[in-house]
Amino acid sequence: MDTVVTEPNAAALAETNAMIVARDVNVFYGDKQALFGVNLDIPENQVTALIGPSGCGKSTFLRCLNRMNDVIDVCRVEGTIKIEGQDVYDPALDVVQLRARVGMVFQKPNPFPKSIYDNIAYGPRIHGIVTSKAELDEIVHSSLEKSGLLKEVEDRLDEPGTGLSGGQQQRLCIARAIAVSPDVILMDEPCSALDPIATARIEELIENLREKYTIVIVTHSMQQAARVSQRTAFFHLGNLVEVDDTEQMFTNPRDERTQGYITGRYG
Amino acid sequence: MPVKPQAGDHIVKSYDEELEHLNNDIIKMGGLTEAQIARSIESVVRRDPDLATRVIADDELVDELNYKIDIQTTRLLALRQPMALDLRHIVAALKISADLERIADYAANISKRAITLSSAAPVPPVHSIPRMSRMAQQMVKDVLDAFIARDVDKAIAVWHSDETLDNMYTSLFREALTYMIEDPRSISMCTHLLFIAKNIERIGDHVTNIAETIYFLVHGDRMREARPKGGEVEHLSLSFPSVREGDAKE
Repeated sequence: MDTVVTEPNAAALAETNAMIVARDVNVFYGDKQALFGVNLDIPENQVTALIGPSGCGKSTFLRCLNRMNDVIDVCRVEGTIKIEGQDVYDPALDVVQLRARVGMVFQKPNPFPKSIYDNIAYGPRIHGIVTSKAELDEIVHSSLEKSGLLKEVEDRLDEPGTGLSGGQQQRLCIARAIAVSPDVILMDEPCSALDPIATARIEELIENLREKYTIVIVTHSMQQAARVSQRTAFFHLGNLVEVDDTEQMFTNPRDERTQGYITGRYG
Repeated sequence: MPVKPQAGDHIVKSYDEELEHLNNDIIKMGGLTEAQIARSIESVVRRDPDLATRVIADDELVDELNYKIDIQTTRLLALRQPMALDLRHIVAALKISADLERIADYAANISKRAITLSSAAPVPPVHSIPRMSRMAQQMVKDVLDAFIARDVDKAIAVWHSDETLDNMYTSLFREALTYMIEDPRSISMCTHLLFIAKNIERIGDHVTNIAETIYFLVHGDRMREARPKGGEVEHLSLSFPSVREGDAKE
């Protein structure tokens, strides 16, 4: 049986198929500590949902995984985060390469003010992944296909990405993220600006993407966490309170704080 | 760790009220079911067909409550998307009401046979029925108390007591068989009595279901006790004395 991860367990760690291993992660914004000693394993080819009330540190933790916090001057990260054994905070690491490996999808769809084609081609071009136009065409098509958008846009790839509906834009952003063949996709409330139909399409997409990618999703919707994830981690006041199989978390959580949060008894 | 029935209030007050309402309806349905069993046995013992008829009619009240609980639980599941303890509470209510509904059906069945029994001379094994019934009524009462207090220990105790009820049933079965062998004219009435005893024995089985549901409600896990097994009538047989030539001609 899985237990609350409060201490790193060396033996368990050796056996796990964890894609991401976070140990003793503390995060400070200036003097204020936002995360307290977080230890979390994120398994490969699974969806891990991070839940918790606003300000609990779940987005902060997500942003540590591809060093999005680097852009905040006062932000300081302690501890180790390894992705397939590679230390994310190794000073020698190329952050641009890291972010190609660990893609991100945000709350509000943010396509570039470019054509649908160029939105997706952008990453492969700057990372020098492609050598020919045919190769680039292939990546654009397969990324749109994987994101479930191809049929809706294949006859208008030169139209601006910003002209698509909100749900389509979000799938375009997912296509853009997967165009550079990441290992991990981080999603920060990817459906909070979408209607239920567009949300269902994204959730269906998440289910399919899991075969090839490891997904970490921050969501305020407990129902969404329950629907899309295999593992759920509950954060509260900067602490990782409980992490377990999603089914266990939503039917019989071990910690009273988790119980209180998911049943709507405090927030 | 056991969680108290009220694990703190919900942010949305009306959700608390709906859950409390559901809880109260289960308790009400349980009380009504208890009364139905008591009255059905009274109708057997006092040979009172009027009372029996009223018990049969009142089964409708239990059915109504069961339906109401079905609607409430469906509504809560659809509108509140309950999680964890709340989810288990609602699922438990649905299961317990189904068990109570079936228990009340057995009471109605007993009363139907009471009407038939009252039209013929009493047979002696009838005296064992009230004792068996008192046991079953106590089990229903105790399991409801365990539900109200979310008392797992009490639920487990009730669950174990089903063995005693099973043993009473086996002993009544043997007694009735003996009478039937001694006096074949009693076969018809003894058979009705056996069905009554069987109905009471089945009430005990549904009580154990409820006890298991309470365990699940509190712990979110399955009860892992060895299933109590009383005497098994299924394997019991008594041979009829050989019929003599002279008797066969009568």
